[in-house]
Amino acid sequence: MAALNRNQMAWRAAQDIVDGSVVNLGIGMPVLAADHLPAGRDVFFQSENGVIGVGPAAAPDKADGDLVDAGSRPITLRPGATVVDSVGSFGMIRGGHIDVTILGAFEVAANGDFANWDSRIPNKGPLVGGAMDLAVGAKAVWVIMEHNTRKGAPRLLERCALPLTAVRCVKRVFTDIAVIDVTPGGFVLRELLAGVAIDEFRARTGAPIAIAADLKALVAPALSDATA
Amino acid sequence: MAIDKRVASAAEAMEGVRDGATVLVSGFGGAGFANVLIRALREHGPKELTLVVNSATHRLSLTHELIEAGMVRKVIASSARGRADGLSVFETLWRDGKIELECVPQGTMAERIRAGGAGIPAFYSPVGFGTDLAKGKEVRIFGGRECVLETAIVGDLALVRADVADRFGNLVFRYAQANFGPAMATAATLTVAEVRVAQEEPIGHDRIQVSGVYVNRVVAVGS
Repeated sequence: MAALNRNQMAWRAAQDIVDGSVVNLGIGMPVLAADHLPAGRDVFFQSENGVIGVGPAAAPDKADGDLVDAGSRPITLRPGATVVDSVGSFGMIRGGHIDVTILGAFEVAANGDFANWDSRIPNKGPLVGGAMDLAVGAKAVWVIMEHNTRKGAPRLLERCALPLTAVRCVKRVFTDIAVIDVTPGGFVLRELLAGVAIDEFRARTGAPIAIAADLKALVAPALSDATA
Repeated sequence: MAIDKRVASAAEAMEGVRDGATVLVSGFGGAGFANVLIRALREHGPKELTLVVNSATHRLSLTHELIEAGMVRKVIASSARGRADGLSVFETLWRDGKIELECVPQGTMAERIRAGGAGIPAFYSPVGFGTDLAKGKEVRIFGGRECVLETAIVGDLALVRADVADRFGNLVFRYAQANFGPAMATAATLTVAEVRVAQEEPIGHDRIQVSGVYVNRVVAVGS
């Protein structure tokens, strides 16, 4: 079955990051987008542990235990970077100074509600981290997620079934088969992977979805899959 | 008498900590864990503690030792999920109803601590509105936006990891080591910092990130 892999999904999301913007990437698939930013776009990546200007991952022999991102990965700083404390970091997030946050999710609803923090695994503790703060504070919230669950259930829904992270905030969703905008009128299909028929797409989507007049093919370069 | 907040050992720094204390513990993203002080607190042995810590289960933090030792009644955290497939010590106790959890959005936690240290008893925030974490909380609309009433957090004890301190208790942090440390230092009755270097010589005023006014005891623990 035709589908983008995780690196290709992250690549596609990265193409929409505008030159000069401040971007927060969630742990997991979203953080891969930093590796696929088109050349010539000067972007500050913010990590909610307080790093403003995350650079490439640190080489193993250069790793510094105090210089890490929110996912505990050893990083470098880009020119012009600074590091602030948690109060400063979340003040920046809540205060609307982050242009885009790209987050993973379990479910996105047609009104922009989404769920990404509590998957209801029995007895496993909750992990909300900074997701609610980012979802409410960033100027735009984009989601990267597989279009369907492993069992084939849709993740794009009329209403989320899992506990919400935030209400009415998601603007765009990048899946392994499509790019979807969330508009005041609901989902709009912008790009669809070649080999996926519209009927199949509708069957795999759990809410009504409009087709953009200028519907494009979703294309991504060949990239190896990521395990992150 | 000349001010000197340096103490000889982490054990000495725990003097006066009592049962029932609320303890703020710094550390996030792999940096800034006050692990030497956490272990000293375990040795000191107070019971019925409330821990305020970003993660109840972070693999690089020793907070789990306090939980394992049965010293903790309640945890306020933004994460309480163990990494492994099985259940962490915290999750087992939580499942069995032996430990209470208050799960808080991370930025709200930071701001509640900041407010606590700055004399603000409560504030409204849009974060969490419409979610399970805001259930039962007062909601008001400001500028057309629904906001949730959040209350300040203050502690009896703050355990903070920093890089350098001087004898006045002024602190400097390395990179992402700061995280919750500066806010926590302001919000506790007794703030203890573990540092790589505790120097006699004053740190330059333009390098200090936390004023020694907030810091009561400093312990040099090396790197």
